Amino acid sequence: MQQLLNGLFLGSIYALFAIGFTLVFGILDRLNLAHPAVFAAAAFVGIELVTVGGLSIWVALPLVAVFGAVLGLVIERVVFRPLKDRPDAHFAGLIGSIGLGGMFIALLLWRYGPDTRRFPVDAFPSTAFEIGGARVTLLQVAILVISVVLMAGLTWLVARSRLGRAMRAVAENPRAATVLGLDVNRVTATTFALSSALGAVAGALFAMNVNSAQLGMGSAIELKGLAVIIVGGMGSLPGALVGGLILGLAEVFAVQYVGSSWRDLVAFGLLFLLLIVRPQGLFGSRRVREV
Amino acid sequence: MNRTITSLALTSALALTLTACGSDDGGDTGADAGGAATGGEAGGLVGTGTGDDCTIEESVPVGAALSLTGAAASYGESQQKGLELAAEKLGEKDGVTYDLTIEDDGTDPRQGITVFEQFTQDRSVIIGPTLSNGAFQAQPIAQEAGVPVVAISNTAEGITAQGDHIFRVSLTEAQVIPQTVEVSTEEFGLEKVVVMYSNDDAFTESGYDVFASALEDQGLEVLDTLTFSKADTDFRALLTEAKAADADAIVVSGLIEAAIPLVTQARELGIEVPIIGGNGFNNPKLMSDAGEAAEGVVVGAAWNSASEGELNTAFLADFEEKYGHQPDQFAAQAYTGLMVIDEAVRAACSGEPDAIKEGLGGVQDVETVLGTLSINDDRDAEHPAVVQVVEGGAFTPLN
Repeated sequence: MQQLLNGLFLGSIYALFAIGFTLVFGILDRLNLAHPAVFAAAAFVGIELVTVGGLSIWVALPLVAVFGAVLGLVIERVVFRPLKDRPDAHFAGLIGSIGLGGMFIALLLWRYGPDTRRFPVDAFPSTAFEIGGARVTLLQVAILVISVVLMAGLTWLVARSRLGRAMRAVAENPRAATVLGLDVNRVTATTFALSSALGAVAGALFAMNVNSAQLGMGSAIELKGLAVIIVGGMGSLPGALVGGLILGLAEVFAVQYVGSSWRDLVAFGLLFLLLIVRPQGLFGSRRVREV
Repeated sequence: MNRTITSLALTSALALTLTACGSDDGGDTGADAGGAATGGEAGGLVGTGTGDDCTIEESVPVGAALSLTGAAASYGESQQKGLELAAEKLGEKDGVTYDLTIEDDGTDPRQGITVFEQFTQDRSVIIGPTLSNGAFQAQPIAQEAGVPVVAISNTAEGITAQGDHIFRVSLTEAQVIPQTVEVSTEEFGLEKVVVMYSNDDAFTESGYDVFASALEDQGLEVLDTLTFSKADTDFRALLTEAKAADADAIVVSGLIEAAIPLVTQARELGIEVPIIGGNGFNNPKLMSDAGEAAEGVVVGAAWNSASEGELNTAFLADFEEKYGHQPDQFAAQAYTGLMVIDEAVRAACSGEPDAIKEGLGGVQDVETVLGTLSINDDRDAEHPAVVQVVEGGAFTPLN
């Protein structure tokens, strides 16, 4: 029971991170590898807002989201927009975003130094309850709720709202979208802002959850985020959610049933098996239209 | 097109796995903290007189390869401060001055090799590198070039076995851990324990080996052995397993980056038993960052920060004055490293590599901030260790 919950909480953060990844990919067909740097930057900025700014977590989190959104706009403006008309835009964007991500990390190093940082001990009430013999902290519940609400909100946004329709139109065919009177650049920029805002919130929550924020935290989760979106089906929002939870649970149960040394092997092995059975990913069917 | 992107993502995922396996460094390089590298001419480094009267005309060139960026940067920073303070203190003493150059190895063994290669050109003695991982790869270069190395933080086994030019002032885990296990077994009446360690780091892995044999010597039952990666920050799955085993204590060999989240999460899951840590836990950050969760953590250490010896009190005061905060063990050992080198230089009154090597081998009963220190026949330091427990937010001696 405790392990099930551990996996659920871990998985919900993977999912929140991966959803930012997959949103950009699903709509713009671009992999934004500066996303992990946003994840790390948001954690450090969140910690600074709480420790130096003296803000409560509930004020700091929305600010972190705004900060993430701004970084998203920067990423789009600096890397993806100038490169979008190149014939090799996929690769150029991929590599350009790795570079920008590296610059973000270098700026973090300059601003905060190499030390591991943390939210103050009393930043969040350390209430804990027992559920069916398992211990759960209020923080973990809050993380799960925030993740689910954000993901549900995003799914609704893409499926139902005017902006979502515009995003899907751009995804379908950018040129046709322009003909229809959509400002493609604006929709693209908004997508990046949303994606990075989610990645930023994920970063701050992750740092709180494990009581540690390191410069390398983004690259540690990057691999998992990529695995999650591949398994979930590239570009699929529910796929990222389910993929994140599967990976979280797989890691935890690998520890319980196989042994801690085999954790990554088992978790990633399972994901590969899943891909062999369903190469397009769990929710990857919609890609057919691109053929 | 779509297939290309998927395979591209897979490739980059794989590439990331590979780099993640290689080393967990921040990747940023190049912070040069040192001054210009000016080598001493042969002859200028040989002085007159001996011991305290020794006078050497030129500054003795000392190179330090520290991890100022990357995963071990927080240790490297402490070491840098300790060394700079030591160089300053030695500069106030008559006769011998030191030209200290500090280079960053980025917590990357490959970069450590480059730094060592550079140092062997024009330095008489090399300090570092910060992690045992890097030491194993860089030290052979100095050994081959005939430049002595003083390890100031490496505690893994086999560091000094790499050659007759390799010395160390840091106590090995093999010296500290058995005492830690023995004292805690007595104090807490331990019978069965769970062991956790990160198995992708030379330092923590060798720490684990020593723990395992010390636990066996004390006749303790090991209920479960769990491993993690040094980059891990979420230990809940492992700790849930450890809790289910219902042990008297949890024994952990890990670095401070892992220690803080591990301890916090353990207490959060309701694990109240003592957590016995290796040398990596011996860091004031444990209390400042883990808060109340750190209470009851037991750590063996090479340096007793509460020691009231004259040298130690002076060191604490000088450090506090220069940097505005208290030193940790890494700073104390780095400080000691340069002091021991000074001892070796003054023994033959020469700043030449060969003379320093001989001098280091002859270090006996030198008073340092770590206590009375001697270098034994294996070129390892011997001095008293201390077992501490966190109580009321501070390390207090347990024995």
